[in-house]
Amino acid sequence: MIPLKQLFTSTLGRKYLMGASGFALVLFIVIHLLGNLTLYASSGDPINTYAAKLDGLGVGKLILEIGLALTIILHIITAVQVTLSSKGARSVGYDSPKSKGGPTKNTVTSRNMIITGFVLFVFMGIHLWQFRFGPEIEDGYTSMVSGVMVHDLYRVVVETFVQIKWVIFYVGSMFFLGFHFRHGFWSAFQSLGIMNPRWSKPIYFLGLVIAILLTVGFLFMPIYIYTTQGGVH
Amino acid sequence: MSAKTTAKHINIRLKIWRQESPKVQGNFEEFSLDQVLTSMSFLEMLDVLNEKILKSGKRPIEFESDCREGICGTCSLVVSGQAHGPVKGATTCQLYMRSFQNNELITIEPWRADAFPVVRDLVTDRRALDRIMMAGGYTGAKTGPHADANAILIPKDLAERAMDAAACIGCGACVAACPNASASLFTSAKIAQLTLLPQGHPQRKERALKMVGQMDKEGFGSCSNLQECEAACPKKISIQNIAIMKREYFKAAIAADYREGKSEGDGA
Repeated sequence: MIPLKQLFTSTLGRKYLMGASGFALVLFIVIHLLGNLTLYASSGDPINTYAAKLDGLGVGKLILEIGLALTIILHIITAVQVTLSSKGARSVGYDSPKSKGGPTKNTVTSRNMIITGFVLFVFMGIHLWQFRFGPEIEDGYTSMVSGVMVHDLYRVVVETFVQIKWVIFYVGSMFFLGFHFRHGFWSAFQSLGIMNPRWSKPIYFLGLVIAILLTVGFLFMPIYIYTTQGGVH
Repeated sequence: MSAKTTAKHINIRLKIWRQESPKVQGNFEEFSLDQVLTSMSFLEMLDVLNEKILKSGKRPIEFESDCREGICGTCSLVVSGQAHGPVKGATTCQLYMRSFQNNELITIEPWRADAFPVVRDLVTDRRALDRIMMAGGYTGAKTGPHADANAILIPKDLAERAMDAAACIGCGACVAACPNASASLFTSAKIAQLTLLPQGHPQRKERALKMVGQMDKEGFGSCSNLQECEAACPKKISIQNIAIMKREYFKAAIAADYREGKSEGDGA
């Protein structure tokens, strides 16, 4: 047994934290995608009902949001620490390093998780500003669902995605999400030491499937709204 | 083997890292060698080059080698950006000139990691790996006569896995090839080799904590699971050993029956 501080500041410990927080974020994003599938409905009622139910959780929603924020902060802190320690481990680099191929997962995207992660962080900030802290009921964004007045989140979404610049921004950002997941999902298993040689290949493949499903699932939402609602507004 | 040429002789250009001592700034020096026999090993080619440099009265290029048959782990060159050169599952001394093309420019650099300071030219100080071994890479042995070789029965699968990990020759190519200069593959192979066998169990927790602790102390980078180490390893050591190390370290770190500083079993 060693003190927890020593455990979580070791190179292995930081990766445990990064892997565990990564898993939590995968779970969040999968739930987020499932919830957002309501946007593919022809009316705004399903998404507004879903949002109203989340708002109805009250303190529960606040706890979930704080937990999510802390998980993201933990993921970012460990990512920065890991990146800095690795950059500091080789102050003189190679003239032109070349991967040896074979079993390697050394690619432009796997090497640059910190960059794809940073892009996602910036995206998240803008995304929260637009939708989480966007126009509220007080601003007149209301809708009636089964006789109850709720926040018309659907209108906020539509008003955003009828603008081509936001469609391009969201579609572009989702590729970074895919790149990040492609290495991150498999990597979390390995970092936590729960990788087994028999599962390694299936899990690496599953990472690709999840990356594609998430990217495609999110990516078509803005496009769908732009093409179906574009002419209306 | 990736034979690039079938010619008997090739002309090559070389760009080699020269550095007088650990503290001074190094730089690349260019050479050219004509009519190089393609059946020569890469290190023999460097020997030929050094003969030529000596004749001109200059200081020859320093590089390390010992067995020249791929088992000692002494040779350690990054050839054109790849640890131990372009051939997979081989050390630098097992690299032959037939792997290169006529008029190819070949870059030769030392292992690059701050934990492996350059001693001179292509020679690096890899004692950091020895210190990781000294921290816990051993098993306890009882005194008295030798135990019978089959006194402890070990399942074949386990013996094979331990043997695969034990194939590590400690050359440090994993560190050299890792974009993060992490020593995870080396350390994990040594931990796994001893931990998979019953003889290694008494020091199991102590070993994981101390070897990982020393690895971090030496200033190696973090593992980002890029698997470049496995690709560069002349013994093709698998990163499944790294997963074993992660498990062992975590279990030891939270184990209530072991405390650092006390030897295992003291509390029993």
